[in-house]
Amino acid sequence: MTFALETIGLDKQFGGLHVTRDLSLKIAAGARHALIGPNGAGKTTVINLLTGVIKPNGGKIMLEGADITGLTVQARVLRGLSRTFQINQLYADLTPLETIGLAVSERFGHGGDWWRRLGSRANVNVEIAETLERFHLLDVMNEPTGTLPYGKQRLLEIALAIATKPRVLLLDEPAAGVPQSERHDILAAVAGLPREVTVLLIEHDMDLVFSFADRISVLVSGALLVEGTPDEVAHDPRVKAVYLGEGADA
Amino acid sequence: MRADYGVGEISLRRASWGHGETAFWLIAVAAIFVFSDRYLILTEMAWLGLFALSLDLILGYAGIVSLGHAAFFGVGAYAAGLLAVHGIVKEPVLALVVAGGAAMVLGFATSFLVIRGSELSQLMVTLGIALLLRELANKFSDITGGFDGLQGIVIDPILGLFSFDIFGKVGFIYCLVVLFVLFLLARLIVHSPFGLSLRAIRNNPLRAAAIGIPVNRRLIAIYTLSAFYAGIAGALFTQTTALASLDVFSFERSADLLLVLVIGGAGYLYGGLIGAVVFRVLQDMFSSWTPQFWQFWIGLVLVLIVLIGRERMYRGVMWLPRLAMRRMTSPSRSAS
Repeated sequence: MTFALETIGLDKQFGGLHVTRDLSLKIAAGARHALIGPNGAGKTTVINLLTGVIKPNGGKIMLEGADITGLTVQARVLRGLSRTFQINQLYADLTPLETIGLAVSERFGHGGDWWRRLGSRANVNVEIAETLERFHLLDVMNEPTGTLPYGKQRLLEIALAIATKPRVLLLDEPAAGVPQSERHDILAAVAGLPREVTVLLIEHDMDLVFSFADRISVLVSGALLVEGTPDEVAHDPRVKAVYLGEGADA
Repeated sequence: MRADYGVGEISLRRASWGHGETAFWLIAVAAIFVFSDRYLILTEMAWLGLFALSLDLILGYAGIVSLGHAAFFGVGAYAAGLLAVHGIVKEPVLALVVAGGAAMVLGFATSFLVIRGSELSQLMVTLGIALLLRELANKFSDITGGFDGLQGIVIDPILGLFSFDIFGKVGFIYCLVVLFVLFLLARLIVHSPFGLSLRAIRNNPLRAAAIGIPVNRRLIAIYTLSAFYAGIAGALFTQTTALASLDVFSFERSADLLLVLVIGGAGYLYGGLIGAVVFRVLQDMFSSWTPQFWQFWIGLVLVLIVLIGRERMYRGVMWLPRLAMRRMTSPSRSAS
């Protein structure tokens, strides 16, 4: 069986620090998969390895059966692997329209156009509009991103990842730091992600994890501790000991 | 046909030509008639503006810093001079393009060294390249004329029709036209998806890569284009002054250029042009007051700009014109 995303014996060391140990994840097509673990478990490193920001010392990463271990960040994006960022990494002085416009232009192969203005291609415009509409951003599309409420910025973060039309989407703590009043919009946006997109959610928030995921992998000290359905994971004694026992926000 | 909720219209409107821009270029054209005794300084403003525009493309849009932009200016200047002296390309416009092309080749070749690394390493690499070229020009004095500069530059009439006159009128109009054409091209580029992606890269290269923008390829492209612009500026300098000496590569020229861009503001294209005008006017003013100490006053202005902040200064200067504009436009607004 071919998985949407698979890692085989992934290994990463920073000097003497072994941050990812022989990690083999299998994420089925269309899955809602969550990766959890206590602070310092190496979740961020896994994201950086998957997206190509850092290179592993050993092991392979397969996207829909093809080896992408040697590809650059943007090559992986064009192959259909996108991510959101935990801390806002948006373009403060660009508008949501321009931000989404960048990703859509790039995907349509018009990102290098220098002789015509953004907005002069009907198919790009429609795609931008539909993405903005889906994430309730039409009303603020022409305002600088830096001036938007935090919740809107988080929505734009997800919208931007979706605008690259990923087959596999890595969601890095989508609800982190969002005030309670705006939380609902984010959760609704996450729940409403298209079914054909495979999602790997990296999250601290156990409510979100257990309401969203159909499979959970628990990472401890860079290695996979347990993998299973939410029910199995919730009742696994090792998880209780190592993870929940720490008194994290569960 | 699916709806675009005005996305296309909004995007195009952002790139549309403003009244302020029309006014700017009308004033530039009016200068031909109003300041008919100051063509030399006007010409300097024009090529300096183009030179600053070229720095703005990489600094203001792509976030690449340079302390050695004179390298490309110098290559353009010497190329134009050599083309004229040896009669290789006699016609100035064609020579301009060839000289710009020479700078562009150098820009492309060195872009690979510049785009990698931090801002500090960019400063050092660009500075180093300019110093290197200056020494090369000094070393090969049989070609470049060394310290004495290139001798015997005679520039043919433009397009075979317009000869350069001793008052510099033709020279100024020539520079202004070249500046305007290249400005239009730059304007087109910065409002394109390509230009937008440069701003994204300047903001956050990691994020830009994460939405599929090929960061290095874009940086190489804009650096190469910027070198072309700087080369053209250098060639204009040589063609309008019939000079090409080692100081075209000098560190002061690169440093002054940064000053020009800081005065005018980076990242909106007009900054370099306005900066060039203000810089030359200040330089002229201060040097006629105190020929010995004009650099002191320029330095003071620079410090003030950084301390007060351009935004606040701009608001102060624009207070009256803004008020007038509001007065003029408010009746029509209340009627609608």
